[in-house]
Amino acid sequence: MEYLLLIYGNPAEAPAEAQSQEAMQKWFSYTQELEASGALKGGNALQFPDTATTVRVRNDETLLTDGPFAETKEILGGYYLIDVDDLDAALGWAAKMPNITYGSVEVRPIVVFD
Amino acid sequence: MTPSGALERAAREDGPRVLATLVRHLGGDLALAEDALQDAYAVALATWPRDGVPEIPAAWLTTTARRRAIDRLRRTRALDERLRTLEALAERDGSAVTHAHDPTMDDDTSLTDDRLRLLFACCHPSLALPARVALTVKSLGGLSTAQTARAFLVPEPTMAARLLRARRKIAHARIPFRVPSDELLDERMRGVLAVVYLVFTEGHTASDGDALTRPDLCAEAIRLGRLLCELMPDDAEAHGLLALMLFTDARRAARTGSDGEPIDLRDQDRRLWDRDAIAEATGLLERSLRLHEPGPYALQAGIALCHDRARSFGATDWGWIASLYGELQRLQPTPVVAVNRAVAVSFARTPEAGLELLDELRDERALRDYVPLLAARADLLRRAGDLDAADAAYAAAIGASANAAQRDDLNRRRQRSRSGRA
Repeated sequence: MEYLLLIYGNPAEAPAEAQSQEAMQKWFSYTQELEASGALKGGNALQFPDTATTVRVRNDETLLTDGPFAETKEILGGYYLIDVDDLDAALGWAAKMPNITYGSVEVRPIVVFD
Repeated sequence: MTPSGALERAAREDGPRVLATLVRHLGGDLALAEDALQDAYAVALATWPRDGVPEIPAAWLTTTARRRAIDRLRRTRALDERLRTLEALAERDGSAVTHAHDPTMDDDTSLTDDRLRLLFACCHPSLALPARVALTVKSLGGLSTAQTARAFLVPEPTMAARLLRARRKIAHARIPFRVPSDELLDERMRGVLAVVYLVFTEGHTASDGDALTRPDLCAEAIRLGRLLCELMPDDAEAHGLLALMLFTDARRAARTGSDGEPIDLRDQDRRLWDRDAIAEATGLLERSLRLHEPGPYALQAGIALCHDRARSFGATDWGWIASLYGELQRLQPTPVVAVNRAVAVSFARTPEAGLELLDELRDERALRDYVPLLAARADLLRRAGDLDAADAAYAAAIGASANAAQRDDLNRRRQRSRSGRA
């Protein structure tokens, strides 16, 4: 069963050391651990939302908006796509996310089409 | 027994077990299992009056529900691995029924009762608490959606939507249908116990109000507690919880007056307490204490036992109750436990000793407007003979309370305190 782990955080609430070399190392180790377990299907860190462009087409006209779809304090910073047995396993990986003590992770099951 | 009476009884007594087994065969899909079981009830309603009630209703319901699940799967999905499992089982059903074989016991059952797996799925912490509580009562109590809705005082469509959403999440997010792994078991078991106790307290508080229109949630919680003790015979807190519920429920007949008004523990007619329930609960508490050092439920059961075995309010062993509250406060440092402990100390020693503990609590900012604390303080001041301070304390408690019934009660206590002056 596949789950998308959406990594959220409020930059204003992140501790200063979140940008440190040591913190980056934690993310690398976490990714390696996911990979070694065979659960990792994909994942990426995202640029800040101020680099986002939102696209809509209305009445055949393409409308572009500078910025993310929804303005919130909590921003989507990255994601992992994992394949594990069940929700308990996915929640277990979410709880181990390096930013989990100050950010949050939304666990979304992937739809299986028959 | 009439066919419809037999069906109602089978739904209550066998429904949860049949449902739990279906869920396992359907790979954890509680939504489909529930639909198939409802289909089977509908078939029973149509055929039992004509063909007679089957010898083993649980067996009949399981095989019928399984066939209906196959039909439902065939209609929606051409290929589903679950279909093969079900069809293999269905082939075996014909002979199984005639041999009076219990269809909920099959090769995969091993040593775990399916109802335990179902219980852990229904109480999964990723579901909202009201959904956990409703789903547990509905799935493991064998109640209809209408009965469940009545029990929780919500309109039937609201309850149906709440149950549907929870079942969908179990299926779509793949909430596991199994006993949790060792490192999760303790935490998840505490969650299950909390859900069962919530069912009980919901019923317990309700009996102060419109009791006649509510199916008995206390009895339902006690049923669940018995099931837990049966399924987890070595879990100390499961036994502690069942003991606590039985000790509390034993006083039910004495808790309300002839007009349904609540009667304080102090004024209850103790001859109305259910001695058999108290004896059973005592045995359960003893078992709990043999299994493990007392946890929060066993401690609360111990406190309830002290009340239940006292011949009068004055004969209560308050010293023992105060020390049990002290231990409970160590495990569960919540304001309500701290206040109860102070009250127990006030009876065990002096009102002043209780007030001293309350004043320590009052220094905490968050508790400055905590009504149980303010009310307890007023009572203790009255008992200490400081009637002016008591009157002011009652006023503060009344001012902080947002609940009309609570304010009425506090006003009565204030009046009694004032008349004590005369």
